[in-house]
Amino acid sequence: MKNKDLANTLAIFKREFLSYFNSPVLYVIVVIFLLASMGFTFFFGRILDSDNASLTQSFFFWHPWIYIVLAPAVGMRLWSEEHRLGTFELLMTMPLSPWQAIIGKFVAAALVWAISLLLTFSIVITVSWLGNPDPGPIITGYAASYLYAIGCLAVTSAASAFTRSQVVCFIVSVALCILLTLIGYPGIVDSVVRTLPGSLESLVRFVSYLSFMDHFYEMTKGIFVIRDVLYFLSVIVVALIITHLGLRSKRA
Amino acid sequence: MIQVQNLRKEFGAKVAVDNVSFTVEKGEVLGFLGPNGAGKSTSMRMVTGYFRPTSGSIRIGGIDMLENPEEAKRSIGYLPENAPLYSDMTVASFLGFCAEVRGITGAAKSRAIDRVLDLCFLHRVRNQSVDTLSKGYRHRTCFAQSIIHDPEVLILDEPTDGLDPNQKHEVRQLIKKMGETKAIIFSTHILEEVDAACSRAMIIDRGKVVADGTPQELRQKVPGCQSLDEVFRNLTRSDLEK
Ligand SMILES: Nc1ncnc2c1ncn2[C@@H]1O[C@H](COP(=O)(O)OP(=O)(O)OP(=O)(O)O)[C@@H](O)[C@H]1O
Ligand SMILES: [Mg+2]
Repeated sequence: MKNKDLANTLAIFKREFLSYFNSPVLYVIVVIFLLASMGFTFFFGRILDSDNASLTQSFFFWHPWIYIVLAPAVGMRLWSEEHRLGTFELLMTMPLSPWQAIIGKFVAAALVWAISLLLTFSIVITVSWLGNPDPGPIITGYAASYLYAIGCLAVTSAASAFTRSQVVCFIVSVALCILLTLIGYPGIVDSVVRTLPGSLESLVRFVSYLSFMDHFYEMTKGIFVIRDVLYFLSVIVVALIITHLGLRSKRA
Repeated sequence: MIQVQNLRKEFGAKVAVDNVSFTVEKGEVLGFLGPNGAGKSTSMRMVTGYFRPTSGSIRIGGIDMLENPEEAKRSIGYLPENAPLYSDMTVASFLGFCAEVRGITGAAKSRAIDRVLDLCFLHRVRNQSVDTLSKGYRHRTCFAQSIIHDPEVLILDEPTDGLDPNQKHEVRQLIKKMGETKAIIFSTHILEEVDAACSRAMIIDRGKVVADGTPQELRQKVPGCQSLDEVFRNLTRSDLEK
């Protein structure tokens, strides 16, 4: 029984993963990701001018902004394309559970991001060669960055379950990712706290606690906090449950 | 094999399928007839487990579709209305994927692919991208997918739509032949296909069954009508009246 479930999930995963390599979108996105993450690091992050070899401020700092756009670009085809082609009907009449399909497809997209992120590893080699960086923040930075990427991806999966249009899915997902990022952006949170009456501060702090940014920063500082990892994992679980509900509404 | 009881489907206030019941045993081919919007596709989508019925029950080989959908779907092959395909795959890789999801792997998978490529005359395009196929070939590829696991139950929504006359003939022959050992439901707008392939036919109009019987019985249903065509028009004219 368990074996069969896994086999189904794997079959879905395999098809989805290979389909990324059949489409030019993947290559375009990976190249943009590499150019953007490296470019920001060297031009804005001024990694070469600063005297410390840490990647926190120069490299990982930019990742959320890149993911806000690129994760929806990778994920927008997840379910929208199935709806548009009508293959959703085919898939849902095959002997598998919707969860197997949801997870198989999500993991395929998540693996695409793992590969993209691995391709940036040259920057670690660069800083190790230039200086003597502390490996802790690099490891947690990569973990934080990856969790951010697949968090945005899960949000995109949820949006794509509801629409057959990739464009609509992309726009909605970017908006949601921006929202989830900005409600925890330190500058914004502080100014909101300053303008609102003091009694509302705890509410604002709570909302910002729900944001991706809050947890991302904690992790890039080099502190591997289980709480932050659990936060991202629960965001993913919630987003996939919403995906499930969206798919079910299409079959009502 | 297929037991459907009091099936009903509402979309908001609209009743698409209203109290439809039928059974199809192995060795039977049931033709679904009816004007556009009658509820043929909606009924098939419920039987295959895609849509959830508003009420009613569906059993496939004794297994309840609503209680145990994964098990019930195992013995069904389904060709949806517009023959959907993954456009970024080749014919063979698409069929391979469908086989894998149905638990057919390894050597059995290649054998299954070869078998359906033969049956549906697809060898010529086996490595062509689905994207570049002509409409008829797309339809045949999706048809091939529905029989890849040699199912006991076949649900085909307009299987001859978009095929050339030769292929229409081949598909009818194939349905008739497979109907000897399987339980088959197929919908069509071509009434000659009823005589060519069906052992029984059902006419649906606005969600309701208005006639059900062998082609011969249907012809006698309306006094004075000689052909199925006339019977069909007589029974389903309501749509045109207003
Ligand atoms: N997802 C849906 N939401 C709302 N209404 C729907 C939906 N699917 C079908 N309907 C309605 O249900 C009715 C039956 O549609 P169905 O597709 O079953 O007709 P059909 O008999 O297959 O027609 P055709 O011969 O044109 O294929 C139609 O009035 C249609 O508008
Ligand atoms: Mg139809």
